[in-house]
Amino acid sequence: MRYAMTMDIKKCVGCSDCVVACQTENNVPIGFCRDWIVENVDGTYPNLELEIRSERCNHCDDTPCVRTCPTGASHVIEGGIVKVTPIECIGCGACIQACPYDARYFHPDGYVDKCTFCDHRVTKGQDTACVSVCPTKSLAFGDLDDPNSPVSILLRERKWKVNAPEAGTKPQVYFLT
Amino acid sequence: MSELQSKEEARKSFDKMAKDIVRPMQNHFGLNAWVFTLFLILSLFGYAWFLQLRDGLGVTGLHDYTSWGMYIANFVFFVAAALVGMLITAVLGLSGVKWITPISRIAEIIAVSFAMIAGLVIVFDMGRPDRVLNIFFHGRLQSPIVWDITVVTIYTIISMLLLLLPLIPDMNIIKKRLPKASNMQLKMYNILSLGWMGTPEQYKIIHKSIRVLSILIIPVALAIHTVTSWLFASTLRHGWDSTIFGPYFVSGAFVSGVAAVIIAMYVFRTSYKLQDYLTDFHFDKIAKLLVLVSLVYFYFNINEFLVPAYKMKSGDDHHILALFVGEWAVLFWFAQIFGNFVPIVLLLFKKMRKPGPMMIIATLAILGAWAKRFIIVVPTQLNPHLPIQNVPDSFHVYTPTGPEIAITIGTIGMALTIITILAKIFPVIPIWEVAEEKGIDREIINE
Repeated sequence: MRYAMTMDIKKCVGCSDCVVACQTENNVPIGFCRDWIVENVDGTYPNLELEIRSERCNHCDDTPCVRTCPTGASHVIEGGIVKVTPIECIGCGACIQACPYDARYFHPDGYVDKCTFCDHRVTKGQDTACVSVCPTKSLAFGDLDDPNSPVSILLRERKWKVNAPEAGTKPQVYFLT
Repeated sequence: MSELQSKEEARKSFDKMAKDIVRPMQNHFGLNAWVFTLFLILSLFGYAWFLQLRDGLGVTGLHDYTSWGMYIANFVFFVAAALVGMLITAVLGLSGVKWITPISRIAEIIAVSFAMIAGLVIVFDMGRPDRVLNIFFHGRLQSPIVWDITVVTIYTIISMLLLLLPLIPDMNIIKKRLPKASNMQLKMYNILSLGWMGTPEQYKIIHKSIRVLSILIIPVALAIHTVTSWLFASTLRHGWDSTIFGPYFVSGAFVSGVAAVIIAMYVFRTSYKLQDYLTDFHFDKIAKLLVLVSLVYFYFNINEFLVPAYKMKSGDDHHILALFVGEWAVLFWFAQIFGNFVPIVLLLFKKMRKPGPMMIIATLAILGAWAKRFIIVVPTQLNPHLPIQNVPDSFHVYTPTGPEIAITIGTIGMALTIITILAKIFPVIPIWEVAEEKGIDREIINE
């Protein structure tokens, strides 16, 4: 099993519903978020292109954050989901520095927190919170090992890219272009 | 007849020397004022730490972007200055350099106190200091943090042994020469002298163990600062993503360490009145050592900045410009000029290699060294690899808050407290080694 997410750049309108859904679902403290919106403008006026992306932890195959964790609080669970066990985290911040995507933050309670791919929902067969609320269906979630999952189909049929491939982390959030 | 006379003279000169070195341990002008200052600093620290324990790291200026700030810069500084113990006792001691004999104990005192506090500083930076033992219960070998904690602990232990072992004969000397010492203190000297009598066999053992430890400490000392640099260099961040970070940090460490030793030498020389033992000759020699290590550091600085500045790779360019001409320029050039250029240039002149001017130069070098650690740690984090948009404006600046500064000053106060205590209960100059160097008979030293 290998969970992955696709994000359709052509459909996203940047409404931030995914951000709010995540904050509500996962009890994210006020002022913090586990996913976020990026708006990139390319070109010079009048030939402008706007790219809107919803970003989150990439649940990489090769995880610099888990490698650097001194206690094993950061770990990879089944399906390739990168998780933090709050009670084991000593709050040293090494994983925050190691992540090229800045996907981790300090929880006010002193431990490091991040996107969990809503593992409490996906183990029940549901979509993640952000995917299930997306009004334009730009987000999709599924198992890469299953050829009929929504992400497998989209990745076969569409062109895609990933964020910061130069980091060598093999990110598992794909952006459909 | 003449032999007897010379023996009498040797005894006299040894007595005078032991008296000179032991006297400041008992009466010391201005000690009360100094202890009171330290007490104030530590109480302020205690209050700030209480605030941080109660409310969490939120009381500091650390935020989403800069999650390692002043504390980690301070940690790197402490580890750096602690390395001087290895440089002086091990590298110079093993290569048979003579002039380090009266300085070696000061260097070891600095190494022990700074290494001890370095371990502690990490705890202040943790979000959950109550879980610090998880590193030992759940430690994972592939994490640089675990390497760091391991080597800092080993270095502290070996440095402590290197401080205590050469103290054994001195304990034997001073326990007879401290009239005002309390019973407790005498008991401690008795235990620490480990039944030293000065037999040839004991001399053989002590020389051998010091030698073994001096060899052992070299790789450990190189490891502590190299691993500390890997905490940064093993991440993909502009300004940290460098392969020479290990030697770059080690060479910088020698500069700040030697500067710290010069300051300590000056302070002990004036306040303990040890002008006859820490002479202008020793200052002249250590000034040349500071020039040498600064030159090595200068070489690594050129490597570290010229190569990325020549390429101006995207991402690195932001960082380099921010340091050279941008918002960090003042601090950066202060660190480079006073922490590196000034010691090289000024100490080349014989006039400057005198205790007074050297004290000023070393103080500036220490301030520059601290600023340099800040420059290494903070600006890189303000330019993340993939900047997230629409973050609060406050994310792009890092301002340490009051409690943060109080805790940082408190850690420096703690290191000074340890140095003060060690210099109060132990002689700051190794009496037996200096006496031996003067050619005084072992019989006289150990009687």
